[in-house]
Amino acid sequence: MTGPALLSVENVAVDLPTPRGNLRAVDQVDLSIGAGRTLGIVGESGCGKTMLSRAILQLLPKKARLSGRVMFDGQDLVALGPEPLRKLRGRSLAVVFQDPMTSLNPVLTIGTQLIETLQEHLELDGATARKRSVELLAAVGIPAPEQRLLQYPHQLSGGMRQRVAIAIALSCEPKLLIADEPTTALDVTIQAQILDLLAREQRRRHMAMILITHDLGVVAGRTDEVAVMYAGRIVERAPTPVLFRQMRMPYTAALLAAIPKIDAVPHTPLPAIGGRPPDPTRPVQGCSFSPRCRYAAGECYRTKPALAGAESCDHQYACFHPLASATGFRA
Amino acid sequence: MPGFVARRLLYLVPVLVAVSLLTFFIASLLPGDLAYVILGDQATPEKVAALRHDMGLDQPIWWRYIGWLGHLLQGDFGRSFRTGQTVLQAVAERLPVSIELMILAELIGLAIGVPLAIACAVRNGSAFDRFMTSTAFGMLSVPSFLSAILLIYLFAVELRWLPATGYVPIGEDPIGNLRFFVLPALTLALAEWPGIMRVLRSDMIATLQEDYIALARAKGLKASRILFVHALKPSSLTLITITGINIGRLIGGALIVESIFALPGIGRLLVSAIYTRDLIILQGVVLLVAAGFVLMNFIVDLLYAVLDPRIRHGHA
Amino acid sequence: MATLELGIDADVAAGSVGRPRRLGSLFWMAIGWMTFVFAAAALVSLLPIPSPTDMDMLERRAPMSALHWLGTDGLGRDELARLIYGARISLTVGICAPVIGITIGGAFGMLAGYFRGRFETLVVGSMDVLLAFPPLILALAVTAYLGQSILNLTCILGVLGIPAFMRVARAATLSLARREFVIAAQALGATHARILLRELLPNVFLPLLAFFLLGVAVTIVVEGALSFLGLGVPPPTPSWGSMIGEGRESLEIAPRLAFIPAITMFLTVLSFNLVGDTLRVFTDPRQGAL
Repeated sequence: MTGPALLSVENVAVDLPTPRGNLRAVDQVDLSIGAGRTLGIVGESGCGKTMLSRAILQLLPKKARLSGRVMFDGQDLVALGPEPLRKLRGRSLAVVFQDPMTSLNPVLTIGTQLIETLQEHLELDGATARKRSVELLAAVGIPAPEQRLLQYPHQLSGGMRQRVAIAIALSCEPKLLIADEPTTALDVTIQAQILDLLAREQRRRHMAMILITHDLGVVAGRTDEVAVMYAGRIVERAPTPVLFRQMRMPYTAALLAAIPKIDAVPHTPLPAIGGRPPDPTRPVQGCSFSPRCRYAAGECYRTKPALAGAESCDHQYACFHPLASATGFRA
Repeated sequence: MPGFVARRLLYLVPVLVAVSLLTFFIASLLPGDLAYVILGDQATPEKVAALRHDMGLDQPIWWRYIGWLGHLLQGDFGRSFRTGQTVLQAVAERLPVSIELMILAELIGLAIGVPLAIACAVRNGSAFDRFMTSTAFGMLSVPSFLSAILLIYLFAVELRWLPATGYVPIGEDPIGNLRFFVLPALTLALAEWPGIMRVLRSDMIATLQEDYIALARAKGLKASRILFVHALKPSSLTLITITGINIGRLIGGALIVESIFALPGIGRLLVSAIYTRDLIILQGVVLLVAAGFVLMNFIVDLLYAVLDPRIRHGHA
Repeated sequence: MATLELGIDADVAAGSVGRPRRLGSLFWMAIGWMTFVFAAAALVSLLPIPSPTDMDMLERRAPMSALHWLGTDGLGRDELARLIYGARISLTVGICAPVIGITIGGAFGMLAGYFRGRFETLVVGSMDVLLAFPPLILALAVTAYLGQSILNLTCILGVLGIPAFMRVARAATLSLARREFVIAAQALGATHARILLRELLPNVFLPLLAFFLLGVAVTIVVEGALSFLGLGVPPPTPSWGSMIGEGRESLEIAPRLAFIPAITMFLTVLSFNLVGDTLRVFTDPRQGAL
């Protein structure tokens, strides 16, 4: 990894007390990302990836308990007070949520929601903020930006709303952007456009980006490094081309196999991963994936495998029976 | 927006017509009485019949209704046979007092309820929240005349800070006027604030869990801005409706309070019309109040559309 | 003033998101009080209590004594007797009026929710007209024209409650009528009457009952307000409202004359509200107020 890490998540765990017992949403996760780099976090729904992003932003629900450190730009966000944290958010640390219909305030205009961020962090006056907002909207590819300022979110299409959300996130030139499933709520045709927009803006601003998704196809070619999450843990991590060339963790391979391929023989049954993700309130003894893994044996059911890399520390995986042969495709 | 207004207006008309019908038919339940009442001691069968004929009371009921409606549309609501005033004159005299009372009551109610609601929503689940919610629930069981008695006893009888009854027009003496309004407005406000607080609190709790509030926090906005701009506005829709409906219900509550505190408003006019069996005033005032009620609801509907742009554009 | 806010509360789900509560101590205290008041009102003729209308002009506003446990009022009548007989009146009106509301309103609501179409529009529309009147004004107007009597009072308060019960019944029916057990019954060839009575009614009953209790609370308050003004229960029949109204004259000398019936009324109304609200939470957690 080149240079010091911009963001370093160290042994972070998130616990949520529920009526049915303690829910470990994130289980001892270690992550890091350098300036200008893109990290993809991939996993099924409920694997804890959203909780992880909230943990990084320090926006967990009131009842949640966080342990570990989140080092951002040299500061431990967990130890930071609310006021310095607030100044950081929106300015150096930005986020784009999954559904722009619910993440944008329906009773405030687009303009208000853009301008308020600029005025809060950059202390621009009204006219300058308006001008910058128009520029931002144009940069994310929204036609007729001046008119949009006065419109409300429900008057825009889904793709446009997400562009607005991206514009808001980019407005103060953040160092790190967390995009939590930014295209899941959008039409397939729009998805590529939005992802390209994010990639383009990231390159232009030399911004670090974390792309959270359940779709391996999204991270292929758009990220420098990929971390695969399952049941609150990172189960495999590698630079993207390395991962796609040689997947070690059976779960990752199964995820990839589950993507429908356009050049597959027609009527090929889609290989789905049998079973369901584990109930987070009832932790499985041993490897969390073992009930669904076809390579699981003996030790897998007893001990949780640690995240480690046999060949290089670049490629790490948590598995007792990693896949040996090349099963992936060229990314 | 104009289409929306037109649609609501169209709905308004049949309701107003129905209200007038209802008022008229209640009033004409015992037409014989009216003539007897007017003549009082001097009632003899011949005089009653003559008066009934003069007043058109012996005509078929539908005809009388049309006639009455016709008069209404020309602005003639009838004339009291006791005081000689027309209904409109009597109402115009009393209206400012009632309006002042209702506005003050609603303002005080909001001043108590809104901050409490916000404070409870932000501290949802805490001891403070549970205590305030229970108090609000308890207050709902205290009718306004009970609060009135308590307030009078406390402030007028024991402490002697405020007068129990009386009135002075605001033009003559603003301070004195407000002094007379404090207890009555407070009485009504005590009945209003629990409803306001409950509604706003629950709406705000729901709103605070929305994604856009999470995004607002992720944007690093100040807590005050998030609370008052991002959270309060969407939460206030139900509050506005309730306030609007309340102002209509306040008309009923104001009635009692005006009688207790001897404020010369519409409520007191109505009550004294009942005491003196001044049925013409009664009929006219009931109609006006009901029509006002209906109009109030109509305005609330419009306000709703202004506040939530989704309704304006037909989306919600 | 909490005048017949039934209609509004039914529509505006203004409650905290409450998990269905276990019946707490407050609930049982409320039940206890209600039982106590009922028992006293029902059995008063068996108790050694003087008549509420016997005036003793020599003993006006007498303080509490062995002869008059709660003293006497401004006309020398025994306060305790008036309190208990007043309970009779307030409870009678308070319960009978909502009975009118629940039977007629409940019936119309169920029918409207079940049959839908023009009939439903008609029912809802006419209820809207009734709701267009400020309820207290209408009650006053009707008693003014028809005369003051307990019967008239009960009837008009009952009628005023019909729209609110109609809404509750209709809402409950609307959500139930599309469920499988209704469709199944229809498929088996059950008549409308059978479906309404055997399938829907048992399920609509609980929410209606909760509302009924709240309705009792509101009716006691409205009757109290009218009697307070002297426009409700005609004198000399005692009612809590009229006792408070009369007690107002004596606030300086004998405040207990106003406060004893006031506290009694408050506790009774509170009890009905508590029990009704607890029931409401059980049947629909969104609607609870606590």
